[in-house]
Amino acid sequence: MARKLTFNIFRYNPQDAESVPYTDTYELEETERMTLYIALTKIREEQDPSLIFDFCCRAGICGACAMVINGRPGLACKTLSKDLPEEIILMPLPVFKLVGDLSVDTGTWFRAMNEKVESWVHTDKEMDPTVREEPMDNALAEEIYELERCVECGCCVASCGTANMREDFVGAVALNRIARFMMDPRDERMEKEYFEIVGTDEGIFGCMGLLACEDVCPKELPLQDQLGILRRKMGWSAVKHLFRFGKG
Amino acid sequence: MKTIYTDLLSIGAGLAGERVAVEAAAAGFDSICLSIVPPRRSHSSAAQGGMQASLGNCAMGSGDCPDVHFQDTVKGSDWGCDQEVARLFANTAPIAVREMAFWGIPWNRVVPGQSTYYKGGKQYEKVEPEDREGLITARDFGGTAKWRTCYTSDGTGHTLLYTMDNKAVELGVTVHDRMEAISLIHDGQTCTGVVARCMKTGALRVYLAKATLIATGGYGRIYRETTNAVINDGGGSIIALDTGIVPIGNPEAVQFHPTGIVPTHILVTEGCRGDGGTLLDVNEKRFMHEYEPEKAELASRDVVSRWMTHHIREGHGVPSPYGDHLWLDIRHLGADHIKTKLREVEEICNNFLGVDPITQLIPVRPAQHYTMAGVRTNKDGAAYGLKGLFSAGEAACWDMHGFNRLGGNSLAETIVAGRIVGKKIVEFLEGYEVRFDTAIIKDRVAKDEERIEGLISCRDGNENVFEVRNAMQDELMDRVGIFRNGQNLQTAVDNLREIYARSLKVGLRSNGIGASPELSLAIKIQGMVRLAICAAYAANIRTESRGCHSREDYPARNDRDWLKRTLATWKEGDDLPVLNYEPVSETMELPPGDRGYGECRIISCDGETIGA
Repeated sequence: MARKLTFNIFRYNPQDAESVPYTDTYELEETERMTLYIALTKIREEQDPSLIFDFCCRAGICGACAMVINGRPGLACKTLSKDLPEEIILMPLPVFKLVGDLSVDTGTWFRAMNEKVESWVHTDKEMDPTVREEPMDNALAEEIYELERCVECGCCVASCGTANMREDFVGAVALNRIARFMMDPRDERMEKEYFEIVGTDEGIFGCMGLLACEDVCPKELPLQDQLGILRRKMGWSAVKHLFRFGKG
Repeated sequence: MKTIYTDLLSIGAGLAGERVAVEAAAAGFDSICLSIVPPRRSHSSAAQGGMQASLGNCAMGSGDCPDVHFQDTVKGSDWGCDQEVARLFANTAPIAVREMAFWGIPWNRVVPGQSTYYKGGKQYEKVEPEDREGLITARDFGGTAKWRTCYTSDGTGHTLLYTMDNKAVELGVTVHDRMEAISLIHDGQTCTGVVARCMKTGALRVYLAKATLIATGGYGRIYRETTNAVINDGGGSIIALDTGIVPIGNPEAVQFHPTGIVPTHILVTEGCRGDGGTLLDVNEKRFMHEYEPEKAELASRDVVSRWMTHHIREGHGVPSPYGDHLWLDIRHLGADHIKTKLREVEEICNNFLGVDPITQLIPVRPAQHYTMAGVRTNKDGAAYGLKGLFSAGEAACWDMHGFNRLGGNSLAETIVAGRIVGKKIVEFLEGYEVRFDTAIIKDRVAKDEERIEGLISCRDGNENVFEVRNAMQDELMDRVGIFRNGQNLQTAVDNLREIYARSLKVGLRSNGIGASPELSLAIKIQGMVRLAICAAYAANIRTESRGCHSREDYPARNDRDWLKRTLATWKEGDDLPVLNYEPVSETMELPPGDRGYGECRIISCDGETIGA
């Protein structure tokens, strides 16, 4: 027999002067192969058209549907109802500004992050469209891609102790991004320049090493390793920095 | 009313929109992209396979060049494309790929030496040359003479989109996300921007621009089953059609994919069948070999989709709470093969179905996949009918795909068209001045405000927007899908006109305040049904089969009467579009002939019948 699922969903519409935060409850009969995308869409269309949540690709590629599912940040589209108990509690991601109900404003946050870490290849070279591309070792291309798989869903930020306490912490997503560009020979930034961006308490030294980021990352990025490598590199940079000051 | 002024306004911040914005920003023009989602969530990211460009670096791509790519594209289009555009595209694609490498894409590279690959379930050997080591490599995709599809593992669209948005951030392109354009501002001759609704607050805003670009992607969501993202509901195409002036090109040209998983219709690759996967029905019996004795499951995309639909209609589908489906069986390929060669498929099945494809069957059925239809433009990307309006990417009918798009050519189009159209827009902006007419702007805003108030207050009725949308989707899926015939298409047009009348009476059940998802849909439901009617109506009038448009009652491609492109416009107050036609191509570098795959039944230009 099909289970009856109970969804307890955080509700608040900040644009509506009469709205106050509360929990709404919906019941839904479970169907086979049901994901939270199927379930929430059904609830909106058949029970409550005012329910605000975000889905886009519904295939784990775009990162739009991150929310807190029974206490744990994750992608709703990638969550099967069969892996959840009958009681399901859905909350919006913390840290990000609430748009309404389960929807948060990740766009503004990530644009600022990308500006801050200057998330692009820095080079003085000019592209010449008439010549063949610079060769690159395939293994290196794959290593870069491994870190480039991040979908900016915000789960690592929402689960981060530091990010929940201090607004200016860049989060594992930004540190991973820096690691991606440090690995890329096309980016001509020197270690000193990276240090200026993340060699601070807003950056790598703000990380408390709790590593919930790695636990919740829906793309299973090697965040623990990358944060460790970055801390070591930036630690050395800091020492060099001090040494220079000492001599000066 | 808050009003923002810019040189270039792109509606859409996927690959095509951002590529154009990057070109304009690099030339020193103010560029703003509007997007209904944060730019990196755009549907471009979902194109996993790769993009075609004839670099000819890898062993199996050796000897490739733009000429061969051009020919594949024209044949793929079933001679429905503009050949001048296809030529421009094929010539530019290698440059665009290298440019993206320069900007940071970690393209997979040539690894010298021996390696194996699979085709039709068999294993083959190839040897990659030493002197090509580290150059951008390519993989195989259907309908191409050479291995030409450049890729980054299983995330080509993702890396392209991230790199493009990185470039946009670097150049200071402004992106206003969760901002939806709901109408174009124009005086019948010139487009000067849009009225947009903020999807965070619900507030309206005016954007004035010298050049406005529609880059909102395809509109698969007018179909019940589609591989497209939730956001692909036709926003840009709707506001173009609403002008009554700008035509949608070939609205009947829609592509389907045979294997979307049920219920979410996420696509699983054709590689499953290529490697020896089979399709089973409710009795867990194979059926494709009965319809296609020679090729069985390996027949082309459209042929397999058609027989799957037929088989379900004959009552052999597997019942489910989401409607009937069939099974894809890859169990016999074995754990080793699935875990290495079909890893993405395994992940999709595990994550989105809770199915283990090594021991269990995968529920699949055909789903809408790609919109060749779109805002008709010339080769510069300038929309027909309104000065200052442009379009690029899947949203546009540029028209390099004609009646069938090749795998790997959609991603390629976004950055190639974005590059070409971007340069043309820069030329347009240099020295172009425009007057903004405040009376027209005020009028447009008033109309949109009134429309929204009407929906919220249920002024015109209480029709449930989701039910109207479902009725439209059912109609398209069941009668304007893969199999088409005059009788069904006429029924679809009649029913859709009734559905259209219902769409005019939609009223909200919620209060519509703020980010209201119900209001967002209600604002565009009429436009969605208009697009649906255009598809059904144009499909009914086109009495031939070409590419994906496949008529049971007119099985031959008819070059004598139908070597032409449909142009659909919609006059205010009507419930049917006006259809006009133009020649598919001014130049015919490659004269019409046999595609070399699929069925070959042609009525030639001089009326001769070729094939069975």
